[in-house]
Parts: sequence; C-alpha cells; structure tokens
Amino acid sequence: MSNEATLHSQQEVMHGAAAHGHHDHGHHHESFISKYVFSLDHKMIAKQFLITGIVWAIIGAFFSVLFRLQLGYPDATFPWLESILGHWAKGGRITPEAYYALVTMHGTILVFFVLTAGLSGTFSNLLIPLQVGARDMASPFMNCLSYWFFFLASLVMMASLFVQTGPASGGWTMYPPLSALGDASIGSKMGVDLWLTSMALFVVSQLLGGLNYISTILNMRAKGMSMTKMPLTIWSFFFTAVLGVLSFPVLLSGFILLLMDRHAGTSFYLSDIFIAGKALANEGGSAILYQHLFWFLGHPEVYIIILPAMGMVSEVLAVSSRKPIFGYLAMVGSLFAICILAFLVWAHHMFVTGLNPFLGAFFVLLTLLIAVPSAIKVFNWLTTIWKGNIHFTPASLFSIGFVSTFISGGLTGIWLGNSSIDIHLHDTYFVIAHFHIVMGVSAFFGMFAGIYHWFPKMYGRFMNNTLGYIHFWITLVGAYCIFWPMHYEGMAGMPRRYFDYSTWTSFNQFSGLNQFISFVVIIVFAVQLLFVFNFFYSIFKGRKMTTQNPWKATTLEWTTPIHGIHGNWPGEIPEVHRWAYDYSKDGRDFIPQTEPLGPNESGH
Amino acid sequence: MQTMSIQRKKIHPHKYSLWIAMGSITMMFIGFTSAYVVKRSQANWLAFELPHIFWLSTAVILLSSLTIHLALKQFKERNMQRYKQLITLTAILGVVFAACQWIGFTQLRSEGLPLSGPVSASFIYVIVGVHMLHVLGGVVALLVMFFRAYRTRIRTYSAVPIEVAATYWHFVDILWIYLLVFLSIAR
Repeated sequence: MSNEATLHSQQEVMHGAAAHGHHDHGHHHESFISKYVFSLDHKMIAKQFLITGIVWAIIGAFFSVLFRLQLGYPDATFPWLESILGHWAKGGRITPEAYYALVTMHGTILVFFVLTAGLSGTFSNLLIPLQVGARDMASPFMNCLSYWFFFLASLVMMASLFVQTGPASGGWTMYPPLSALGDASIGSKMGVDLWLTSMALFVVSQLLGGLNYISTILNMRAKGMSMTKMPLTIWSFFFTAVLGVLSFPVLLSGFILLLMDRHAGTSFYLSDIFIAGKALANEGGSAILYQHLFWFLGHPEVYIIILPAMGMVSEVLAVSSRKPIFGYLAMVGSLFAICILAFLVWAHHMFVTGLNPFLGAFFVLLTLLIAVPSAIKVFNWLTTIWKGNIHFTPASLFSIGFVSTFISGGLTGIWLGNSSIDIHLHDTYFVIAHFHIVMGVSAFFGMFAGIYHWFPKMYGRFMNNTLGYIHFWITLVGAYCIFWPMHYEGMAGMPRRYFDYSTWTSFNQFSGLNQFISFVVIIVFAVQLLFVFNFFYSIFKGRKMTTQNPWKATTLEWTTPIHGIHGNWPGEIPEVHRWAYDYSKDGRDFIPQTEPLGPNESGH
Repeated sequence: MQTMSIQRKKIHPHKYSLWIAMGSITMMFIGFTSAYVVKRSQANWLAFELPHIFWLSTAVILLSSLTIHLALKQFKERNMQRYKQLITLTAILGVVFAACQWIGFTQLRSEGLPLSGPVSASFIYVIVGVHMLHVLGGVVALLVMFFRAYRTRIRTYSAVPIEVAATYWHFVDILWIYLLVFLSIAR
C-alpha cells in the first residue's frame, strides 16, 4: 500500500511540474493536514523534526538549570521551584529523587531527542534530497512515519515526566539493576517502563529514517552526481545512517531483555540481589551484559551525533571562506574510518567494570586510533579556512567554534581512552567535561551553524545576524566557562551524579567554582532562549530572501526556487558536472555544480 | 507524462531499503546471540535439548519459502488465480510455523523450563519469540498483498511488492535456520 501511495504522489508531483512550466501557486491542492501535519515532503518533515527538537532542547536545558541550582547553591532555597515541581522540591529545595530524575532526563533528552532526532533528523531530511538532486526521499511515506514514530516516542517520554513516581532516574544509560527492579528506587517504577517504550518507538523512528537516507543517497542521485561529487554533508549523513541502522537494533535487543527482566521474571541481568533485606529469586544474570549491549549502540551513538555536525561544518567552512575544502577524499576517508572504529571501541566505557585488562589494552589501542581520523579532519578544517576570504556570518562563526570545541574536547578523550588513567578519572567531572565539550557543545555548534546557514532554504528568510553574533559569543565563552573548570574538579576526584558535595571537606574548595558554573549556566540558557526567539521571529518577520543563492554556494539546494515546492525543482532535475567545492577557481568566486566543465578545465 | 524513470537508479529503492532493513534485523539477532554467547560462558549455564517440534517448524518454513517463490513466478506469468492460492498457502504456512513455535514453548514449560526459569531457557523464549514476530509481520504483509490481488478498481502490474515480500520471507527463513543451528550447537 505504502509504496503505491508514494509512487502515485511522486508521479503527481512530476506531472504537475511538467504541466505548469512556471509555478507560483503550488503544484496541487494540499489541505492543512497533508501539508503541515502528515506531510510527505522531506522539507516539511525536516522542519517538524527541527521544531520538535527545539522544544525538547528547551526542556532538557531547563532541567540542567534546575539541577545546577542544587549543585551551585546547595544551601539556598528557591520557593518558586516548589510552585513548578510541587513535592519534588519541598520548601524550595530539589529532593534527591528529583535531582536524579532531572539528570537522567537531561541526558536522555539531549542525547536522543535533540542531538539524534533533532540534528540528523532535521538536516538529513532537508539536505539529502536537495543536495543529491532527488525529488524526495526513496520512500516519503516511511519518512513521514519516521517523524510520527519520533513524535509518539516524544509523547510517551513527556508523559513519563508527569507520572506520580516520576520519570526514570537511574541515569540515561538505564543500567540494571536500578532499571530492572521496580522496587529498587522510586525512579525505577513506571517511569522506566515509559522510558523503555518511548525508546523502542524512537529506535523504530531512527531505523525508518536511516533506511530512507541510505537508499536515497545510494539510489536517487541526480545524473552526473557520482559518489565523489557529493558534498561532505551527504557523506556524513550517509555514515550517520549506517551507524544508526547497525547499532540501534542491538540497543533494542538489550531493551527487550531488560523489559523481560522487569516483567517476565527472567534473570538476564539480575543475580543475587537483596531488596529491603529480602533475597530475590533471580540468579545467574549479569549486569555487565547490559552494558555491553548498551555501549555497542552507545558509542556509535556519539558519532551519530557528531558526524552530521562535522559534515555541515565542512560545508559551511568551505562556503564561508570561499575556498575548496582541503583534502576532500581524506575527509571522506576519515569519516569512513570513524564509522568503522565506532563499532570497535565500546568497551572503553567499561574499563572499570572488571573487564579483562588484556582485552582492555586492545580497546585502548582502537580508541586512541580514533585520534588519527579526527586529527585529519581538524587539520583539513584549519587548512580550509587558512588564508581564506572568510565571511564571518553566524554560521561560519559557529563552525569555527565547532573546530575549537572539538579540539579541546577531543584531546581529553585521549586521556580517558587510556585504561590506566581512566581508573582515576572514570565517573568524575572530568568525564562530564570531556563529553559535554566534544559531543554536546560541538554538536550544538554544528547544529547552530546548520540552522543559520540553511534557514533561508527552509523559510525563505534570514535569521537576525546581530542576535546571531550575541548568541555565538556568549555561548562560546559560556560553554568554556561551564565545562573547563569541571576538568579540575574531575582531576581532584569529584564524582559525577552526586546530589550534594557539601559534606565532603575535600570538595569544599570547589563550592565557589560550582556557584560560578551554575551562574554561567543560567546566562547561557537565557541566550539560547534568545536564539529560539530569533528563530521563530525570523520565520515570520525575518529579512526576506531575494536571490536563490544568498551564500553563493555551489551545491544543488541553492538551484531550487526560494519557496520550496514538493518535488524540489519545477522543471527537470539539474545535471551535475563537477564536485561541490569549486570556489575561487580560475578567477571565479564560485562555479555551481550544474555548470559543465570548460574546454580547458579538468574535473576534480 | 514524465514518470519516476527520470530518477537515475539501478535497483528499486524499496528493494534497496529492504536489504538495509534486513541488515538491521540481522544486527538485532547478532545482539541477542552474542548476549547468549557471553552468558553461556558464565557460571550456572543449564543446557537442555530444544523442543523437537522446532524441526517440524523448520520444515514448514522451508516449504513456505518454496510456495512464495512459486507465487512470485506465477505473478510474473500473470496467473493471478494460482498466485492468490500460493500466497494464501504461504500465509497459512507462516501461521502454522508460529503455532509450532508456540507449541514448542508449551513443551518447554511442561519440562519445567518456564520463561522465568534458567537464563538459557529465557533466551530461547526471547530469541524464538522475536523471530516469530518477524514471521507474523511477513504474514501481515502477505494479507495486504492478498487483498490487493482481489481489488478490482486499481490493478497493479508491478512485481516489486511481491518481490519485496518474497525476499523478506526468504530472509526470515534463513534467519530461522541460522538460529536453529546456533541454538542447537551452542547449548
């Protein structure tokens, strides 16, 4: 049924496109529902992913403000907290249970709902058909389903915030036994069931999306668009989708076993546990098994988050420095290497679980190997902007900021990848600092670069530049002020996930630092709200786009009309003749991919 | 009228998506079986024989692979009557397969190996159960094809849907053979 519907709609699009040569009133009549709600148009689905992601980002970031209040001001009371959290913040102080729920949900929301669905969901959907030259995805119907599964997952996760026993609170990794036994804690009850249901729906959404991205990239490229002529964005989305399609199912199998342990009395992960002085019947289970299954997804997941950002940064840096990307094939090769290595390093999250040290040595080696492709990418970004004629748009600033945070966060990864240093640093604030800078802040910077850069393609208007600059500088400085000090706290041995450090004399030296961090968090959060304002204001009131190609870019998406139509190109799909990075070539500022090679010109 | 053929492509995108989906499903079962391998190497692993009815279900699913292959052939020769009969037969065999697996579960239970029993038994229930769900998913797809074949208003001549269904069906068949061999050897 589905494929017939989609084929039919595609034919209709093309028929419409062929029949009316010029197009100003849309190709066929669409109701509100089919245009804005159950849309099959990849551009609309991209916007749906983006806006849902923005809503989640506000919630997830707000949670971090709440728990930073506790960490920064453990003795203060905030009566307004009680009015929004009720008995979870009795007397204006967050309870320990609420604190754990907040950190768990902060992680879950940001990692999965914002930086996976919101980032790759948005830009894979928007850019893949536009940049490879396709009318739409391979299966627009599945694409639509992908969003609606994500929406359902969002609803269930949102509902879990409001159940009486609160959402899941055993950490975003959902390790058993805390997640497997309803009696283990208040946050292990219904919240975990809803969490698992939501995540199962989320995996389905990711798989439907990933299948589409891969088959669109491999099968539906325009004439002349060979794989090596594709922009790096498309390569990064491709590898992201491959990672997702191969690793999310393993996570799902881990979740299925966890659900069985919760409700069917099995003992996959449970062994010899006492609750309230009573021994449970479970025996022979292994909690480490869950960690293996989880991190087999969990590690590729960090690359699922960062690869799209890398791709977009590569594109934006080339466009804004008016130079071809340096080392295109090395960029593709390093993406490929990262994609392979991503599957071979998961146990570096488990160095201190009693993993065989001999086995650990291999995981150390493979982990450190990731530094090689990462360094290649950093080198190529820097050489791309080197001596370039850089246009400092908000998008290019965020891209440069991405390179900065990727370097400083990546370097601490080399520390943590060593199993012997990890004995001291594991589960401390050093880890928090590392992954927030390298995948949290960096991925957000890549996402912001993408939003500022492709906003005109999405809405036909520009975002406000001044607000963009304010957003960039405060976020960059703020992010370093928040996470840099955490390295020192971590090296001093301050553990993560603790509710209150004030009883610990040795960490009292950090109470001022913690206050400072929390203070900056509030400022940075406020600036993100400024960005959200800029985003929604610009949709309706932003400066109008008057030319098709405002950034003077070479790629295909800028050859489509300012106000997108379903089917993307009103006439025939353009033919591609050259790679995507002909900037400042032969005395010309840029040469679009659609322009045939000149007589004295050789292809790249 | 221009059709989709403007898009340059060698293999139908839906078939392509199916292959990727099969890779994805394979990864899920690799996840299960490697969890099985890890658990098996730990203490207190209880080995037992698989229910004998699993061999019958193997025969059933092999037979159904044959019938869907013939169905595809009949569709291409446009013998719609035979085609309808064969996909019906395939769907019935799919249900019979699932029923056999279910009987296997009750046999396990009667031998004192319930789902909440030793972890080696729990694995059988979960792995075989999830595979069974995939077969039933295929049955649902065949039902859709069946009603389509009876539709008079719109007729489809494209063999892509039945090809996709047949490939999937062979896939769950091969997957079952793999699981059976795996579960019999790694006890």
